[in-house]
Parts: sequence; structure tokens; C-alpha cells
Amino acid sequence: MTVDLSQFIPSFLEESFEGLELMESGLLNLQEGDSELIHSIFRAAHSIKGGAGTFGFENVTDFTHLVETLLDEMRDGRREITSEDTEILLESVDCIRLLIEAARDGEEYDNEKIEQTSKRLTATLDGKNHSKEACDNTEEVVKSPNDLEYLIHFVPELSLAKTGNDPIFLFTALAELGVLTIEADSSSLPALNDIDPLELYLSWQLKLISSASIDDIKEIFEWVEDECELDIIIVDADNLASSSTVQDLEQSSNEQVKEVKETQGVEVSSNSETSNQSEVTKESNAGIKPKAKSDVGSIRVGVDKVDSLINLVGELVITQSMLSELGSDFDMSKVDRLTNGLEQLLQNTKELQESVMRIRMLPISFAFNRFPRLVHDLANKTGKDMELVIKGEQTELDKTVMEQIGDPLVHLIRNAVDHGIESSEVRLANGKPKQGVISLDAYHQGGNIVIEISDDGGGIDRENVFSKAVEKGLVDANATLTDSQVFDLLFEPGFSTAAEVTDISGRGVGMDVVKRNIQALGGRIQVDSTPGEGSTFKVNLPLTLAILDGQLVKVGTETYIIPLISIVESLQIEKEYLNRVSGDMDLYRLRDDNVPILPIYQLFNINSQCTDLDNALLVVVESDGQKVGLMVDDLLAQQQVVIKSLKDNYQQVLGISGATILGDGSVAMILDIPGMIQMALEKAQRIQLKKYPNHTDKVGEYI
Amino acid sequence: MTKVLVVDDSNSIRDMVSFTLKSAGYQTVEAKDGQEGLSKAQGDSFDLVISDVNMPNMDGIALCTELRKLANFKFTPILMLTTESSTDMKMRGKAAGATGWLVKPFNPEKLLATIKRVVR
Repeated sequence: MTVDLSQFIPSFLEESFEGLELMESGLLNLQEGDSELIHSIFRAAHSIKGGAGTFGFENVTDFTHLVETLLDEMRDGRREITSEDTEILLESVDCIRLLIEAARDGEEYDNEKIEQTSKRLTATLDGKNHSKEACDNTEEVVKSPNDLEYLIHFVPELSLAKTGNDPIFLFTALAELGVLTIEADSSSLPALNDIDPLELYLSWQLKLISSASIDDIKEIFEWVEDECELDIIIVDADNLASSSTVQDLEQSSNEQVKEVKETQGVEVSSNSETSNQSEVTKESNAGIKPKAKSDVGSIRVGVDKVDSLINLVGELVITQSMLSELGSDFDMSKVDRLTNGLEQLLQNTKELQESVMRIRMLPISFAFNRFPRLVHDLANKTGKDMELVIKGEQTELDKTVMEQIGDPLVHLIRNAVDHGIESSEVRLANGKPKQGVISLDAYHQGGNIVIEISDDGGGIDRENVFSKAVEKGLVDANATLTDSQVFDLLFEPGFSTAAEVTDISGRGVGMDVVKRNIQALGGRIQVDSTPGEGSTFKVNLPLTLAILDGQLVKVGTETYIIPLISIVESLQIEKEYLNRVSGDMDLYRLRDDNVPILPIYQLFNINSQCTDLDNALLVVVESDGQKVGLMVDDLLAQQQVVIKSLKDNYQQVLGISGATILGDGSVAMILDIPGMIQMALEKAQRIQLKKYPNHTDKVGEYI
Repeated sequence: MTKVLVVDDSNSIRDMVSFTLKSAGYQTVEAKDGQEGLSKAQGDSFDLVISDVNMPNMDGIALCTELRKLANFKFTPILMLTTESSTDMKMRGKAAGATGWLVKPFNPEKLLATIKRVVR
């Protein structure tokens, strides 16, 4: 029968990547004598090799074999653990990853790099022969002989059964090769009183007529060859016997035929296994390609999470049956029970929602795991001495958010290494410890997750940033800015303070992209820095992209949803704080700020009863450090809404980030605050342009 | 029905072995290391045990030694699943009471053919 194993390739790949991560973090922490760690690294390599071989990823197997051999020597204490070896192994981890990715996508890989690393590995292994496995498969294939008659003399040791072997199964296996005649010899059976039931006293004389080779027969006895006396003799057609002896106990017990050396009798049959295997390999290779291309992505979920879901669904079914029973025969006396039932339904739904969300949640360590290696490499490259401290890696985060936050975090860490941490000399001169510290922290705050990247380096040079921004024409030289406003300049496109562009960072394409990515996830980033003491970048992200805490507001007949995360406060307009400036822009004085008022009905051209600014409701929202007041007719409930993508269902609309379906079945739009601000800005510019066609100054500058 | 205990720390290998066996009509119980394998073996009986050698907590050799101490496992075939086809490893397995070994990378047909040597 054929068993198709290609369905296991995705889980093998997932496991391999996990294994590689484990190897990487293990190698980074590897110290001499830490045998548990080196064992776990070895096991990871071992599993990858084993799996890859099964699926026919031969290049992975071959390469990993080298790595495994090196690790094996370390494991057995035959090799000291040096930093050079660790470097090679780290590089090898990269190579294995490359190979597995190439195998997954069916794409080409950087052969040169693999070759190089593989050469270095081989050199490290002192030129040990690594192609042993490859040789095993290239056995010479000889045509199978016609039926031969074999005489097999099998005398097991008394204790054979204790290893779990049973002659009857061996004979069954032999019988499958051809026609088998069995003759048992019970002559050494002791008297009944002396019999130990655990021992085996019989021996056998077997006659097999088969086309199988002597090796096939020997293979069947492979597991017992140390615990028996075994003679296999080929009796060929002319009765000219030649024999091959597999005899570990040095007793020659064959009287019939004279022994001839093994080589004479050995005829290697066409290795049907080998050809079978390559067939399977082809199949699985063909199977993986389409699967890997459609990047479905999978989540490994703990059984407890699934169990709790099933449990909840069970409860939901109970509630449902209770309600439907109630509904079939309803009168007003049962209102109480109905309310109770509905209450229960609400509870069930809420719990179910939470449980489902929890399935998408993964500990942030998935994103953090790559950073020790990154910092290690960067430290080597820059020659700075530093360590990475990671906290809160168990904090859970939605998988989608996690996948998209990785790159921005890499940028931030590169920046911390390159711009933040000073060289050892400078640090010592400033009375700081020689080794710099970069710390990475994650924690939950409200419905958000906060990721902090801090360094204890020189901090951000405010003057430097400011003068650079002036030079780039980003701000006016006379402008007075607060610290946080100055730091925000770092995120302007094209801004870079590094005097020289280095390999690591400083091309000025990083920080604005970082900010954009974070905003695309519905999050925000803040910078805090103290000269001489270091900087902290704080990234605020929503826990999930699928559900949003929203404030429902009414404008005309429409309901809109404002993301709760962007709301600063809601208030009723008081006339004395209103200011009207040029360009039809109303400003509201909110403590120290002047907040421009954007009436939603104007922006979206809706007929509304409430057009009077006085006493109108204003929802002050913040985006990009810019506050605006959205004028609405009424504030409705706050609730969690499920985000439906407009892009998927309709098309992208400026000022709207998505839609949702409310309890009454109607559709409500979710407002995109940055988009709305941009809309308002453009509108103001258009009006300004109409009024003063020759004066194209940016009106929106203060917005 | 022939009942097999499959012990391996690698999910995918375990799944594959188990899948292969099930597709041939065997019943399987899985364990992710020797420790778990041992506790699943205690108070139960199996017709065959297939175990990896390199595993955390308790490796295959130790599992084998422990299993042989159980009355139920005195004659149960125990096969070590290993990439190490060196005689050294085979001897260690044998010394611990292993019945035989299966060399990874295995192919399903081979696996099924091979275990016929020890179970029905």
C-alpha cells in the first residue's frame, strides 16, 4: 500500500522553524558544560534532519547532518564549545532556514552561501566524511536472481523473548518472501520441572524457496542477530551449496555444507525499497508546492482553548433550546424567564467571543525571539558591547498584529543599537557601565498592548534633531517646539540624524515607515528621551484587528463608530471658547490647545438638524499628535464591534476604515481618524485656493 | 486490534508514524517524551512500542529500561526509532531491552513491513 505523507509537510515545516528558533536562541546562550541546552539544540537539529529525510528534502538532510555531527561532538564532550563554532552553527541555522524555505516554496536558494557554510562546517569537522548517508543509497543494483533455495538454521538464545522478539513473527515475515517450510527442534527442551516459562528452548531448521536475496533474509533477523546462532545457506539449482554465515557466537554448527565466505553468496537484489522511496519523494515534492504558495497560515492552539470553546458551544445549545421551548408557547407570564434566557445568551456569546479571540492570541515571544540574535549580530558588527533584556514575553497578542509588528520592531532595535548605545569608551568616560543595555518589554494596558524598546545610551540630542529638521526644511528655524514635538520629527519621511549612513540604520527610510506601519495597525508610537540616560520608544497597539472598542455617534440619520482608542474626551461646546479663523475653520479652545472643529455632516454631506455649533456635542479625537473635534448630533452607546473590511466588500473610502453590522442589522461605518483629518485639510486648502487663487500657502499647517 | 504506543518529541514524526500505523489498521496512542510514554504505559498494555531515542525529560533508552521493569511489558516488542544507525546506539538499545530499531528517515511501507517482524 502507498501512504501519502505530504499532508504532514506543513506541520513539519512549522515545527522545523520552531526548532530553528530554538537552536538559535540556544546557541546564543550556549556556555561550556550546559549539557541540557546542547542536548535540546541537538534534538532540534536531529528532528529537522529526520523529518526532512522523510519528505525527501535531501539538501536539508545533508546539510543538517553536518550540523548534527558537529553538535554531537559537542554533546559528547569530544569538542569544546568555542565562539567560532557557535558562529558557524548560527550561520548554519540561517542556511537550514533558507533551505527549508526554498523547499517549501519550491524556489531556488543562494547556493553559494550554503556551499560556503557547508565547506566551513566540513573543515571544522576535520574533514570527516559527511557523505556516508549519500553513499548508502547508491548501492549497486544487481538484477534479482531467480528462485533460490535457502536453508536457515536458527538457534535463538534462551533469553530471546525477553527483548520482545518472537520467532513466530520472524517466520511470518520470512513466509512472505516465498515458500517456507519449518521444522522445530525440541531436543534441548528440559524436563518439565526445570522449564523456566520465560525462556526459549526451541531451535528451528527452515527451508525457504524465494527470489529474495540473502540480504533480505538477513534483514529480517537484523534485530536478533546478536542473540542467536544463525546460518543461512543457499542451495542452488545444481545442489552446489554455498553459504553465508551470520554467526556471532563462534560455534560452527553446520555439518551439511562447507562454509564459504559471505561475498560469494551475496547477491544484492534490485533494491525495491530505494525505488519506492524515491517515488514517495516525488509525490510529496509535487504535493507541497501548491500548498505552500497559497499562504494560508495556521495556528497551533492549546487543547484547553479548544475544550473551552466546545464547552461554551454546548452551553449555547442549551440556552438556545431553552429559548425555543419558551418561544413555542409564550405568554406574558413567562417574560421573566425570557429575560433570564436572553441574559444567559448574552453571557454565552460574550464568553464565546472571548474564547475565539483567545485562539488568535499568541505570546509575543514569537516576535521577540529573533531579537537576541539580531542584537548579537549587530553588537558584533558595530563592536559595541551590549545586552538585550526581554520582559513580558508571555504577553499575548493577535497573530495578525504580531506578524506585522515584527519589522517595525527590528527597525527600532537597530536604531537603539546604532544611535542609542554609545561605544564602550564613551560610556566609561561618562561613568556608565561598559556594557549597554537594550530592553524590550511588553504588557497589557486597557484594551491595548504596549511594547517598550529602551536603551541606556546617550539619548536623543534635541538640538541636533531640531537643526537637522530645519536644514531639511521640515520646520521653521524660529519655531518653538516642545520636546515631544521635536522627537516626533524623527518620524518625518527623509529624516536621519546619523552623520554617516551606516549599514545598520541611518538611511532615513526607517522611522517614517515604522510609524506608518504602526498606524496601519491602529496603533501609535511615542518617544521619550533624557540626554545622557537613554531613550524609550513606546508602541501602543490594539490587541486585535478583528474587534474594536467603539463609540457610536449619530449624525443625521446615520450612525458612525469612532474607535475608542483615539477619543480624548467628549464635551458640549460652550460658546465663549469658540474662535473662528480664516478659511471657514472653527477652533475650540480646550485648555491649552486650540482644536479645529470638523462637523461630520459637512464632511460627508449629510442632512442634519444639528448644524448650530453652540451647545453641539464635540468628540475630541487625537491622531498623529493632532487633536480635532468631531461635531456629532448625539452620542450613543459604547460597544465592541466586529470590523468588516470595506475594501473586501466594496472599495476603499477615504475617511472610513471599515464597517460593521449593528444589533438592529443596520450597517455603520467606522471612522478613520487620520483619514478624516487629511480630508478636512484638503477641503480647507481647496476653499482657500478658491478664495485666494494666487496665495497657495499651506492653510492646514496648524492642523 | 493491535495497539501501538508511539513516543517521539517531534510532532510531525509522531503524527506520521501514527498516521501510517492507523492507515494500516493499527490503533495508536501517542506520547511526546519518555516520561509521558511511561505514564501512558503504566496500567495499560500495548502490543508494540515505537520510541524515538533523543527526547527531553526521559530518552528512549531510559524509557525502554523502565518499560522492561513493568510486568505488562516483559515481552512487548519495543522498537527504537532513530537516525543513528551506528552499532553503538544499537547496542545501547539492546542492552536496555529494545527489540529492534527503525532507522529514520523511514518510509511508510518500510515501517509497516518492518513491524510485521514483531507484531501481527
